[in-house]
Amino acid sequence: MTAAASIQQTALNAGRQPLLSVRGVKTYYGNIIALKGVDMDVHEGEIVTLIGANGAGKSTLMMTIFGNPRAREGTITYQGRDITKMPTHEIAHLSIAQSPEGRRIFPRMTVFENLQMGASINGMAHFDQDLERVCTLFPRLKERLQQRGGTLSGGEQQMLAIARALMSRPKLLLLDEPSLGLAPLIVKQIFDIIKELNEKDGMTVFLVEQNAYHALKLAHRGYVMVTGNITMSGTGKELLNDPQVRAAYLEGGH
Amino acid sequence: MNAPSITTSAQTEAVTKTFDLKAALFDSFRTALITFGLSIPILSFKTEQSGAELFLRSRWDLALIITAIVFGVRLALHAFTASRAYRQATPSAHQATEPVHAEPSAFQHVSKFAIPFFLGVALAFPVLIYLIQGGLNESRYWIDLGILILTYVMLGWGLNIVVGLAGLLDLGYVAFYAVGAYSYALLSTTFGLSFWICLPLAGILAAFWGMILGFPVLRLRGDYLAIVTLAFGEIIRLVLINWVDVTNGGAGISSIPRATFFGIPFTAGEGGFAETFGLEFSTMHRIIFLYYLILVLALLTNFVTMRLRKLPVGRAWEALREDEIACRSLGINTTNTKLTAFAIGAMFGGFAGSFFAVRQGFVSPESFNFLESAIILAIVVMGGMGSQIGVAIAAIVLVGLPEVLRNLTFLKAVFGEGFDPNEYRLLLFGVGMVAMMVWRPRGLISEREPSVILKERKAISGSLVKEGHG
Repeated sequence: MTAAASIQQTALNAGRQPLLSVRGVKTYYGNIIALKGVDMDVHEGEIVTLIGANGAGKSTLMMTIFGNPRAREGTITYQGRDITKMPTHEIAHLSIAQSPEGRRIFPRMTVFENLQMGASINGMAHFDQDLERVCTLFPRLKERLQQRGGTLSGGEQQMLAIARALMSRPKLLLLDEPSLGLAPLIVKQIFDIIKELNEKDGMTVFLVEQNAYHALKLAHRGYVMVTGNITMSGTGKELLNDPQVRAAYLEGGH
Repeated sequence: MNAPSITTSAQTEAVTKTFDLKAALFDSFRTALITFGLSIPILSFKTEQSGAELFLRSRWDLALIITAIVFGVRLALHAFTASRAYRQATPSAHQATEPVHAEPSAFQHVSKFAIPFFLGVALAFPVLIYLIQGGLNESRYWIDLGILILTYVMLGWGLNIVVGLAGLLDLGYVAFYAVGAYSYALLSTTFGLSFWICLPLAGILAAFWGMILGFPVLRLRGDYLAIVTLAFGEIIRLVLINWVDVTNGGAGISSIPRATFFGIPFTAGEGGFAETFGLEFSTMHRIIFLYYLILVLALLTNFVTMRLRKLPVGRAWEALREDEIACRSLGINTTNTKLTAFAIGAMFGGFAGSFFAVRQGFVSPESFNFLESAIILAIVVMGGMGSQIGVAIAAIVLVGLPEVLRNLTFLKAVFGEGFDPNEYRLLLFGVGMVAMMVWRPRGLISEREPSVILKERKAISGSLVKEGHG
């Protein structure tokens, strides 16, 4: 059954051009190599997750897609356009939104102002509608619109970071460790919302996660990264059942 | 389901009791005794030379005064720490995860009345002074002081755009002040252009220099940015000193044309301001006109800043101050955002500079040294970065207090004839700075007003929120 689904998925994707494709990307921090030639695809309508240990290069890959740090070799294509050398802020204008690691909300600005910042790409054109939408997704934020970002709890800040990314109406949403430091109940809430965004709005999601079990359960496909290389890929279920993945990322921890 | 109260009444009582008057008095007395002991060798004797002879003069009165001051300050400190410990021991029982429906803070209550009050006083200031002093010429000193304070208010507001809103620490702001002043001085003396043409030109030129400074420092932040801007300020000053052909070097440019009342000069003769309006001639007309001119310029700075804060560019400045990486990933062009902050901040510096030139009638590089930059920055930091009213209050305090000090003649009665309070200006400045760092580390008014207010105000003090890390 799983294999059949996998074949079906692969067959479905074979004919289409991927929404985002990463080919042979190498990224360095000074002389230190962080990504050693990464290949990866994200197709439209998918949730793709990238799991791996600390320091494997997951966040680096995510940031490299956004051009900061820049890939020294290889190409990154989005909707058939080469974005490898594009400045970060221009990439953000291509309907890709990112919720970077560590939330990075604006602490002294109110929740409302934070959301306004997220909408600044499309010139606040449909701000009210989008505000309405994220308020339905995250009712907690609605109660706190006038509160300063820095006074929110960690989970609320994470919600704000995702909501802010959604304000630009992205096609592709990049999420870096949305479950970082959050209580299991809130993690579940956030993952449910990601699922809802994908199923209802058809949003494509690329999810970098430490919480491998939840991420693989949610994702259509997954990649495993070890010290700058992609070592394994497959559907979420395949990876969940893979003995190596289980041994390295699932058992004894989560 | 009631959450247990965080402090029991017994604990509260214990804290209240910590202000033990006896212990506080004893400690203050001990401190005073140490001070007195120290002052015996340091303060109590003074050698005076008279001709070839050396006399030893005792100054026990001074030692006693200092001891009394130390005693009083120590006691006040005890009372202060005790009341603070009491306050901290009785927190409000709000659960942190509940949405906060806080009452408007004291600052918001005050600001509702304070802003119209300050504005009213500023507008009526010359009239008030005229009535108090009972004559135009008698009020000259006070109006001049008003002009000086307003100049610094304007400079503070201008720098507030760069430092307070965009979070770019600029130690060379005086460079733009200099560019504005020299622009007016050179354009008016060389080409005979009037002040009203030169004013926008000076602003544009200063903004241009702001961009020139902006380009090389785009990648810098914090300390490194501060060093480069500091160097930039010095470069401008050194160019002004050394480029003698154009700037006349250290001698400066004199006989800069005076401001006119929209074309009508403030002269005694035919067609002068006094004659045109049927008034008796007085040099004070020009001074009062200058007062209102700088008031309008300062208010313009404030108005533009307040409007910009509500526009995307102003929000982008503030977001840039909070988190640069987040800004970029939200599609904000940080290069342009930084350059506009530098340019607009510099433009207001340029306006203030050309006002300075028209008021003094003389400019020289001496007026644009690092101390000026430091004072303007101190005004912004002490006022509370990003707070308009805080900056205005800080300017009044920092520029006005030294003048008040000059007039504290009664202190001579205490400390003797030779005492000049004005000599202690920088000492008090330093003490004030240290006190600020201890009690109000985020400036007089650390509250950041949200640029958008939905329905009613809910406030959590800005001091509860940490600054962003770039």
